[in-house]
Amino acid sequence: MVSTTENTVAAQALPAKGRSPWADARRRFFRNKAAMMGLVILIGVALFAIFGNYAAQWSNEELDYNVMGQVAELGGPSLANGHYFGTDDLGRDLFARTVQGTQISLAVGVVGALIACIVGTLYGATAGYVGGRIDGLMMRLVDILMAVPYMFVLILLLVMYGRSITILFVGIGLISWMEMSRIVRGQTLSLKGREYVEAARATGVSAPVIILRHIVPNLLGVIAVYITLLVPLMVLTESFISFLGLGVQEPMTSLGALISEGAGTIAYGTTWQLGFPLLFFCLTLFGFFFVGDGLRDALDPKDR
Amino acid sequence: MSPLLCVRDLSVTFDITRAGDMPWTAPRQLHAVKDVSFDLEAGQTLGVVGESGSGKSTMARGLIQMVPAKGSVMWRGETNLLSLSPRRMKPYRSEIQMVFQDPLASLNPRMTLGQIISEPLRTHHPEVSASERRKRVAQMMERVGLLPQMINRYPHEFSGGQCQRIGIARALIVEPKLLICDEPVSALDVSIQAQVIELLKELQRDLGLAMIFIAHDLSVVKNISHDVMVLYLGRVMENAPKSALYAAPQHPYTQALLSAVPLPDPAAERAKKMIPLIGDLPSPMAPPSGCVFRTRCVRAADDCARILPLPKDPVHRVACLHPGPVRASELT
Repeated sequence: MVSTTENTVAAQALPAKGRSPWADARRRFFRNKAAMMGLVILIGVALFAIFGNYAAQWSNEELDYNVMGQVAELGGPSLANGHYFGTDDLGRDLFARTVQGTQISLAVGVVGALIACIVGTLYGATAGYVGGRIDGLMMRLVDILMAVPYMFVLILLLVMYGRSITILFVGIGLISWMEMSRIVRGQTLSLKGREYVEAARATGVSAPVIILRHIVPNLLGVIAVYITLLVPLMVLTESFISFLGLGVQEPMTSLGALISEGAGTIAYGTTWQLGFPLLFFCLTLFGFFFVGDGLRDALDPKDR
Repeated sequence: MSPLLCVRDLSVTFDITRAGDMPWTAPRQLHAVKDVSFDLEAGQTLGVVGESGSGKSTMARGLIQMVPAKGSVMWRGETNLLSLSPRRMKPYRSEIQMVFQDPLASLNPRMTLGQIISEPLRTHHPEVSASERRKRVAQMMERVGLLPQMINRYPHEFSGGQCQRIGIARALIVEPKLLICDEPVSALDVSIQAQVIELLKELQRDLGLAMIFIAHDLSVVKNISHDVMVLYLGRVMENAPKSALYAAPQHPYTQALLSAVPLPDPAAERAKKMIPLIGDLPSPMAPPSGCVFRTRCVRAADDCARILPLPKDPVHRVACLHPGPVRASELT
């Protein structure tokens, strides 16, 4: 009989586990040294943000009266008085402040990226899959929204509703999904023509199920890459807002706000106040960019 | 008793808007398929042949509303499939299944074999339990010659022939009455082609399937079909039972296609007269008047440009004003 000539394996074996495209990508990613370094840095920064408070000797609100007024002389990094990163201009522990700043900056980045991921993906995939007039309408709306200078809107929002972390999240969420929806729509347009989507349509699978079962899983590679590049962008945006003095409000802080303060006091010889927040800022950005690069190589082996 | 599928005057027209056209300019019309009619009995196979761009695939997609089509497609003599809304069309989609040309591209790379094959079952019979579904998938895999323990593997781990078997298993899991095969073997090499065709014939015999088998290779179609339909620029040129069409082709186009099939005997191959096809396929945007084939026909006469040829004999249908075998004297 013809039917078994292609398969010569013994027929009694147990169902074998298949090697999924994800497993392949994971292997390629783990072989990429730069990406692994980025991942290690990111994990380090995340651990620092989560557990740093347990290592701190001082809380981020406490003033150290011993160094107050003599910050340039006594406030430098030292193990003896527990200020590992020194103190800020008011005598607050910079280590605790940096931990908190990193927390806020990462949170802003991750929340912004998550909103982009969910809203942008569904919006773009729907527009691309439905196509025609609805697609035109949805994408023109994005074009119009993108034409509005978002920094201006964000600053206006912060001025109108007061400086708060919620408004910052809302504002960043509002702008971050648009670029994403464009990318996803473009990819969906090319996926829509694939034969497996046609096969699903021919067999009567409904449009929402096709989008969720066939389109989105095949978009995840692009989405993952874009997300890792979007997080540092969000961190940068937040830092810029904070640098302008419009971001989160004291006593809360973010890396951008700390860098701003450090830059303001650099003339007094307190370089550590700029150096440590900047170090963590750069490490975070580097980490994300390397991981994003590695993901792109791992998920898209044809591109190399 | 009425045939399983009765197609009358099926036409598929695309609106072409050129870049730079104003929104209110009427789009130009491209007749990808025009006035195709045929009957298909249960358990029979209709072979559809034609050059690239002759509308074979578009015709098949028009039948099941994958592209907007006009005309009538009577299913079992009771329902016109083209008049149904997408919602009311859904039950018929399980009775008519499709096998695609590119075996690998028609399988979602992120899904396992089990997920792929069970998808039509999940869509049309959501009440079937997961364990029952798994059992049926395993049975179907065995039926098409795949080992059931491959159920958790991914499409990229299989060869082209195996992928096509997966495609066939997916189509048959809901026990359809009609299987539309859109060039199912064109992307496979010759030895695998034979296996897949044998499998399809065997399944047809066992399950009483009707098939529409699209190919551009006349020898493949000869092997599997009961009736053969030749398309050119979306129009039917000749439609006849297989034996009649291969023994006594009437349309010059059919004869040209048949003469292009290489013969295994070198002496016969050298002695054979090739009937040339002059020039290229005309643009479907501006098809020739009268008989669309006349611009490439060795027998084209003046009346071919004026009169649209219509088939006369209801069994051996030939759309030609001057049918009959091409004589050697006509070949210059």
